[in-house]
Parts: sequence; structure tokens; C-alpha cells
Amino acid sequence: MELTTIWFLLVAVLFTGYFILEGFDFGVGMLLPVLGRDDRERRVLINTIGPVWDGNEVWLITAGGAMFAAFPEWYATLFSGFYLPLLLILLALIARGVAFEYRHKRPEPTWKRRWDHAIFWGSAIPAVLWGVAFANIFRGVPLDADHEYVGGLTDLLHPYALLGGLTTLGLFLTHGAVFLALKTTGDIRHRARNLALKLGVGTAVVAVAFLTWTLTIRANTTALALAAGAAIALLAGLAAARTRREGWAFTGTALAIALAVATLFTALFPNVMPSTLDPAGTLTATNAASTPYTLKIMTWVAVIFTPIVLAYQGWTYWVFRKRIGIAHIPTH
Amino acid sequence: MKGWGFQVDALDVARWQFGVTTVYHFLFVPLTIGLSVLVAILQTMWHRTGNERYLKLTKFYGKLFLINFAMGVVTGIVQEFQFGMNWSDYSRFVGDIFGAPLAIEALVAFFLESTFIGLWIFGWDRLPKRLHLAAIWAAAIGTNLSAYFILAANSFMQNPVGFRINPDSGRAELTDFVAVLTNKVALVTFPHTLAGSFLVAGSLVTTVGLWHVIRNRGSADTGAYRFATTFGSWVVLISSALVLLTGDIQGKIMTEVQPMKMAAAEGLYTTESPASFSVLTVGSLDGSREVFALKIPYLLSFLGTGDPNGTVQGINDLQAQYATQYGPGNYAPIIPVTYWSFRFMIGFGLATAAIALLVLWSQRKGRTPTSRWLLRAGLVMPVLPLLANSFGWIFTEMGRQPWIVFGEMLTRNGVSRTVSLTEVLTSFTAFTLIYATLAVIEFKLLLRYAKAGVPELSPDPEPTDDDTERPLAFAY
Repeated sequence: MELTTIWFLLVAVLFTGYFILEGFDFGVGMLLPVLGRDDRERRVLINTIGPVWDGNEVWLITAGGAMFAAFPEWYATLFSGFYLPLLLILLALIARGVAFEYRHKRPEPTWKRRWDHAIFWGSAIPAVLWGVAFANIFRGVPLDADHEYVGGLTDLLHPYALLGGLTTLGLFLTHGAVFLALKTTGDIRHRARNLALKLGVGTAVVAVAFLTWTLTIRANTTALALAAGAAIALLAGLAAARTRREGWAFTGTALAIALAVATLFTALFPNVMPSTLDPAGTLTATNAASTPYTLKIMTWVAVIFTPIVLAYQGWTYWVFRKRIGIAHIPTH
Repeated sequence: MKGWGFQVDALDVARWQFGVTTVYHFLFVPLTIGLSVLVAILQTMWHRTGNERYLKLTKFYGKLFLINFAMGVVTGIVQEFQFGMNWSDYSRFVGDIFGAPLAIEALVAFFLESTFIGLWIFGWDRLPKRLHLAAIWAAAIGTNLSAYFILAANSFMQNPVGFRINPDSGRAELTDFVAVLTNKVALVTFPHTLAGSFLVAGSLVTTVGLWHVIRNRGSADTGAYRFATTFGSWVVLISSALVLLTGDIQGKIMTEVQPMKMAAAEGLYTTESPASFSVLTVGSLDGSREVFALKIPYLLSFLGTGDPNGTVQGINDLQAQYATQYGPGNYAPIIPVTYWSFRFMIGFGLATAAIALLVLWSQRKGRTPTSRWLLRAGLVMPVLPLLANSFGWIFTEMGRQPWIVFGEMLTRNGVSRTVSLTEVLTSFTAFTLIYATLAVIEFKLLLRYAKAGVPELSPDPEPTDDDTERPLAFAY
């Protein structure tokens, strides 16, 4: 396999990992005002992701770094082109990350309420905008012959992209609700499960619509199979949630996210960012890539360190595998 | 944009944004780098001795560490995104080289740091004691390691090595990655930056300890605070020595690879041998008129070359040389900025060490310091190394101007061509506002938790899996 193909795959894998992991973090954050009826319940919700959210976010930093290292042209065009959405995502991630750490540091209800807002909006904004961004990457954007983005903000906000935003919003909400059903005890667990089922049905409709639209833009057999797999995984996850098999339900929603992302990347390849203006402006895994020497070094680094990272991050989830209920929240 | 008689373009705002967000980010990073290790040392001392004093200090400074850590993390993401958003032509030009250390930093260092910080925060009653101690060490190693990769990337901008310019694409391509990682600028900047970070962390430990020693006299925890004060002061003194030592080596490397920066540090217009170092200069800095200057003969020659009679090239000669080499243009940085930031860096750093000496002296032979003046000096202590660090970076980055990659790319050519002034202004304003708000919140929280003092220890629960109803040892 060519090095550029390997790195296309790796970038796809990193974003997939990011969406699976921070996907449920975003879901938990958005469900905070819905499932957390009082401060103690909200603390239960936040503590399900407390030990892991930061490590989950590093998937984004790694994905961004990998894109910069392996496909500098893609990184440069994407980040300068999607300027305002990325700015909003950054501001959201800043407010949200600080909120987790600071919320419990003072007892005043006003203080906590403000951070709750930061957690909610800090989760909801990226949940929508990542979908908008990836729908645009897939569909293509106005790039000139120098691979520079020449559109404006409104060029990014067309119906297909907005449907993409709605899809990630729904997927992350459902995924988060299922995660909470898996990680909590008592009343919250039941409410999370019931909510997951309701959200899941709506999400399934939106996701199928989005993936169908996606396949009408560009498709191959593999992408078609992956999209079907995503839909099946989501439905199977919901079925498992109905029968209270929350581990399987979580596997289902995680797979649905993975397969949906895989659908986009598979149908996109070998392009990484098509141009809607000038075919010469289209960025591909070849013309956006670094030199083979850089890719070779990066491949070695990835081969050595990725398994190590997966091992210790997986171990963290094992250490904090216990469900949390209101009895676990200290009174102070 | 026109107004007040000057013009602002997207390039100016992008530069200001980079300056503001980077200096801001680096207010939190040194504390994360230094305090992670100091907290790990305190926890190790508790393991070794069983003395609860060290456990209390671990938890106390651990809290301050985490309040600061969160800010370092979230402001760090901005740094990675900013290259692509505001400096996309720079990213295209150096991506083949510059992206690799960034990606490795995330994969090798940030994952280690973030995962094990989580394990440490929430693991007090979940992990066996030894493993819990290992978690803080792993996080500290991750943090310190991250500094290496980002400094290797920055050092490429100061002293590009291990690359060639592809004649077809006009872009820089990596030819020797080992050369990039062992760039001599990186090898000396890394220990210099770490020592500067421990200067901040040691100062914070000292200040907080000293405040409690003086204000909470007679408290049952005075022994712990006294220890912290002494421990912090020694950290400051040792790191100051390392800062000076590494800074001296840096000066010599800088004279060799970026002579213009060295000349700009002194405002030395004409080549001199020997060259003197001015502690301060009053008058015009454009070299036309000097009203008053306090000069130390031979010092600049010695700093730059190691020989008191060595030759230090002047700005005018270098300008002429660069104009021949790179074409017409101004190749000198803004001299008042480099001149004063260089002095502020050194001055604030030395002042920190001086206060640490005073603090140690005040506690000699078991004495308890009482002086209000010492307390006041102690309270400003953490601010001084933060200023020294900030001015050090301002000098490093402003001294490289007009280059973004020395000798290879001008800063003005690295900016994103398609990003409008409105967009950059929006982003700059948004970051400045959110950063200012968070700074106030963070500072108040730090004060609150610093004043609260060391925690009372609850009976230590043994790690167990059978804890269905027991409250967590730590929860958000």
C-alpha cells in the first residue's frame, strides 16, 4: 500500500476515534440539563467522563497534527478555509474544558449554573459544527487552482452540510445517552436509556437521509456497504438498549459513528478535499501529501506508539469501569 | 482598515493574535511543566517516609496544579489550529518538516499526559498506591516531553536544518529528521525552557508556603509550610543557576546562527571587538543619539563568543550583508523591543533568585520569618519568572523578525492569503475576551485555594473494587 494511502487511512482512523470518544463526551455535556435534575445528578453525569474527557480530546490534537504532518496542503486549506466554524469550535472546547475542572471548585449555585451553560454550549456547538465541516470536506468547497479556499461562510452552510450537522448532533446525543445508561446506576440509568431510545429513532431517520444523500454525491460499493452497516449498527444498538444490554448498545452506537465516518472517507478517497470550481484545485491524498521520507518516519512513529497509547487508554477505561450513582458523589 | 492615522491589515492582527495567545498559553505551561514534577516529588517523599506532611502538600499543590493545568490544555489546542487558520502559507511551506514534531508531540506526549492526569486525579481510591504514584510521574514525563517536540519545531524556525528547498514546489522538504530533532538550538532551548518553568513552579511553591508560615503562625501545619518554603526556594535557586548556564550557551549559539538577533539584543549597530553590554540605555535607540548608557565592557563579546575580546557583528553590517544575500529589504527586528525584552528577561529572572535567597536566609537555623517586607516580596515572586519567561519568548520570536523561518521565509509571506481582516479581527477579539475572562477566574480560584491551605486528611480508603455505595475519593 502506498504511504499516502496509509496516512489517509490513519487520519480517517484518528478522526473516527475522536468522534467515537469525544462523541459521547459531547452527548453527556448536552444531556446535562436534560438528565441532571439537580446538582448531585449533574455531578454524576459529569463524573462518568471526568477521568477520560481530556485523553479523548487528544485524539483531535493528534488528528490535527497528523493532518499537518502528512497532508500539509489539506491542513492549510481546511483550517484557513473553515475559519469561523473552527474558531467557534475552539471557543467551545476552551469553555467546556475549563468548565469540567472549575465547576465543582466553588459551592455557589450561580457559579455552577454558569459552568453548566459552558458545558452545554461547549458540547452542542462542536457536535453540530463537526458534521457541517465533514459534510463540506466530502461534498467539496470552492478551491482555486492554488488549492486556496475562495468561498465565504455562507458557502459552508448549505442544506447538505446542515443535515450533516444534524446527523452528528443526533449521533452524539444518542451515543452519549447510551454511554450514560452504561455508566450510571439507579434512576438516571433508566431515564438515560429511555431518552436514548427516543433520540435514537430520530437520529436513525436523519442519519439514513444524510448517508443516502452522501451516496448520491459520490459512491462506490464499499461506501454503500459501510453506510448500510452504519444504519444496521445504530438500529441494533437501539434494540440492545431496549433489552437493557447497555454494553452492546454502546458498541452499536460506537460502530454506527465509526461506519458513518468510514462511509465519508471511503467515498472521498483518493480526494481529500474536492474543489467545486476548478478540478485542478481538488486536493488529493497525493497532491496534498508530504514527501515519502516524512511519511515513512511518521509511519514508524505511529506503528510504535499507537498500540502503546491504545493499551494505556484502554486500561484507563478498565480502571474506571464502575457505574456511578448519586451515592458516589461526595457531599462537599 | 483606516483610523487614527494608521493602517491595520490582516497580517498585523494575525501577528498580534499569535503574540497574545502564545504569551498567554505560556503563562500556564511553565507551571504545568514544573509543578507536575514537584508534586510528583512530594508524593514520592510521602511514599518513602510515610510522613503525612508530604501527602498534605501533595494534595494541596496538586489542586493548584490542576486549576492551572486545565488552562494550559485548552489554550494549547488554539496553538495547533492557529498555524493552519492564520498562517496557512507558512503551514504549506514547512508542513513537511514542522507537522511531524507536532504530531509526535500529540501522540507520544499529550496522550501520556492527559490519560495519566485523569488516572491521578480520580485514582486515589482506585489504584494501588505505587501505581497512583507512577501515574503522576507518567503525566509529568509526558508534559516535559511535549516541551521537547514543540521546541524542536520552534528551533527549526530559528535555525532551519535537515531540509532542502524543492525547486519545483518552492517548499521546504525534510531530508534529515534526526538533524531536526538534534538541532543545536533545540538541544539548548529545551533545558533553558524547562529551567525557566521550574523557576515559576518553585516560586509558586515558595510564595504560598511563605504566606502560610507568616500569616498562619502556630498552625499545626506550620512544619509542612516551612518545608514547602525551603523546598520551593531551593528549586528556584537551582533552576536559576541552570537558566543562567543554558542561557549563556544559547547566547553563543545565537551569535553563530542568528547574529542579527544578538546584535538586536544589545542594539549594537556597528561591529565591535571587544563589545560591551549596556545594562540600560537612555536616548534614541536608532543609534543616532545616546544620552546615557550604563555599560559593562567586554561583556557582550564574552556572552556572544566566550572570548572577552571576541567580535560581535553590528546591525548595520548584517543588514548590508543580508540585503546582498536576500535582496533589498529591512532585515533588522524592532530594536527597542528586542533590547528591552532581553534585559527584562534577565532582570526578572535574577530578581526571582534574589528573593529566594532572602527567603532561605529568613528561615536559617529554624528561624521563623516575620518581616512584612519579605511577605510582600514573596507575594510578587511568582509574577517575576512569569514575566521573565514572557519577555524571553518575546525576545526569541521578535528577534527573529522579519523572518518566520530564518533566512527562508518572511513572516509577511506566511500569513493566510484568503482570510479576511474581519475574520482575523473577530478571532483576535474573541480569544482576547475569553482569555481575559478566564484569567480573572483562574487567578481568583488559585488565590482561594492557596489561602485555604493544606487539606485535612480523611482516613485513607484502601483501594478496592467493592465500593458500590462509597463516595468517590475525588469527584468533579
